[in-house]
Amino acid sequence: MNFSPAIAPAGAAHEDTPDVEFRGVSKLYGDVRAVDGVDMALKRGAFVSLLGPSGCGKTTCLRMMAGFEQPTTGQVLIRGADMTHVPAYRRPVNMVFQHYALFPHLNVEANVSYGLRQRSPAPPASEVKKAVAEALAMVRLGGYERRRTWELSGGQQQRVALARALINRPAVLLLDEPLAALDRKLRREMQIELQNLQRNIGITFLLVTHDQEEALSMSDQVCIMRDGKIVQAGSPRELYDEPVDRYVADFVGRSNFFAGRAGSGANGTIPVTLANGFATQGRSPTTAAVPRAGETIVLSIRPEQMVMAGRAADLPGDVTSRLEVVLRNRIFLGEHIEYLVEHATLGEFLVLIPRQADQGDRFATGDTVSVGWRPKAALVLRSTAAQA
Amino acid sequence: MNTTQQRSGLVTTALLAPAGVFFFFLLILPLIVIIVYSFGERAPAGGYSPAFTFDNYLNLPARGKAILNTLTLAPLATLLTAVAAYPIAYFLAVKVDPRWRLALLVLVMAPFWTSQLLRYYAWILILGSKGIPSWLALIGIPDLRIINTPYAVLIGAVYGFLPLMVPPIYVSLEKLDKRLLEASADLGATPWRSFMQVTLPMSLPGVATGSMLVFILLMGDYILPQFLGGGKVFFIGNALVDLFLQSRNWPFGAALSLSLCAIMFVAIFLYMRFVLRQSNLRQEAVV
Repeated sequence: MNFSPAIAPAGAAHEDTPDVEFRGVSKLYGDVRAVDGVDMALKRGAFVSLLGPSGCGKTTCLRMMAGFEQPTTGQVLIRGADMTHVPAYRRPVNMVFQHYALFPHLNVEANVSYGLRQRSPAPPASEVKKAVAEALAMVRLGGYERRRTWELSGGQQQRVALARALINRPAVLLLDEPLAALDRKLRREMQIELQNLQRNIGITFLLVTHDQEEALSMSDQVCIMRDGKIVQAGSPRELYDEPVDRYVADFVGRSNFFAGRAGSGANGTIPVTLANGFATQGRSPTTAAVPRAGETIVLSIRPEQMVMAGRAADLPGDVTSRLEVVLRNRIFLGEHIEYLVEHATLGEFLVLIPRQADQGDRFATGDTVSVGWRPKAALVLRSTAAQA
Repeated sequence: MNTTQQRSGLVTTALLAPAGVFFFFLLILPLIVIIVYSFGERAPAGGYSPAFTFDNYLNLPARGKAILNTLTLAPLATLLTAVAAYPIAYFLAVKVDPRWRLALLVLVMAPFWTSQLLRYYAWILILGSKGIPSWLALIGIPDLRIINTPYAVLIGAVYGFLPLMVPPIYVSLEKLDKRLLEASADLGATPWRSFMQVTLPMSLPGVATGSMLVFILLMGDYILPQFLGGGKVFFIGNALVDLFLQSRNWPFGAALSLSLCAIMFVAIFLYMRFVLRQSNLRQEAVV
């Protein structure tokens, strides 16, 4: 799909200049630090997500990029130019609002062309018309020009909001929980569509969401936020495989956590003694500080990294850590079966087993089984920062 | 028909009866009388004598001055009142600290606590030769006459009807979704353009409601022109008083008052059509 609006993009800077950059940005509301010393740079053409629970400051960051809020301290740069005190209407960014905020007194065409019509000098009507048609075709709403916005379904309104923002060829498209109001199936479709759209037109997208699945499946880069700070930024895979602390490990996907104490490690492997005295080992983190010998740690093991067998002897040879557990619950998930198991001293945790390896669902609630993990499956994280 | 239905029918009848009787005897019946009178003739000693003639309607131009005054000054005063009320409503709905909002709204209504007659008397003094004109004479603008001119009527109308115009505009501005203004700014509209393209069009139903209220009251008004127009600037209302009470030409008065009703009817019809269309546009705003 090609999209070439009749109106040229506003100001083109050097390729390496980040589209948006935050330098030590903080935002205080009274005594509350909504955003606390955030540094970030959005690489040109990237799909970036700000992920975090509500109240973590992600929406405030977005609003500071759009110009609706001014940072208390720090700088906001757009394509290398300082925009900290530039009002929203002079910034080359556009936003897709959470509830779309389409103009109810205007039809689809007037909504989509709104941005172009604000320019001075005003572009010729014929060009505006052409650009609107192209933008609507891009979001697969060709021919909807004359429709009233309230006649459209939620998904269609979403597309109009996208077209209305993208027609301006912004340096960055800001998306504020754009899919939150859609039902599950439509949300899935829009995720794929947004991703394709972003790749085709090459505009930098910044998505704010609290839905980790959404962030992981769509973005090239995810920034995890908590209490106004970016806890970790990286590719979805990095965040999943190499979380910096327990918070990230828990927020991105699910994980089992076991408290313990680190021994003296070498070659990326650390011996660990769990709280119940069980001796095991895990790999040392590459993105976070490596725990020193004697430090309290938390061992993070993803449920799908667990292996399960009827008897300990049936576990594969490289599964060195083995535990006897009782099956407490069994949830059929289609391609997987999720078991909740209980260990006498370590408590309950989750084990996710793919069905083909499960060999006929032979474990039932109440059975005593063996579970285990390979040393590489367990990540050793310092628990100091993690428990906060 | 079963008893439940019968009973609910009875209840409905009982509830509607007082209003029905009221409207029949005090609205429908008098209206029929007026319609019948409007085709009649003036009795030699005044009043009504039965006939069927269109003379009263054909004779309307005889009161052309009153009709012209009403049809120019009432819309003009409505417009001026709307222009004066909009900034006040905007300030109250958008700018003012919400803690003071209610108190200020009450202040807007405060003039209603005094009788309308008394307030118009006050304006006679203010606009009369010993009022503002005498002050203007001091700074070198002599011999300015305001009282008993159309200007006095306009000033009085804006003053008197402002409290009716502010609340509907206030309500329409107050419920305007602020996110639409953010969206407008985000798309590059300056604050002024956002106002012209979003705030103003979306608050027009409020302006229309206030204008309709003021327009209807002004069209039928007779006290305001009587006091501030001093018999020199008169409305249809004044002509009616004259026709019914002084010259006692009831049939002609009936024809004139029916013409006034017809004009208002058209105005209300146009207004309803506009508001219904606008309220359709608004359904979507509630996401």
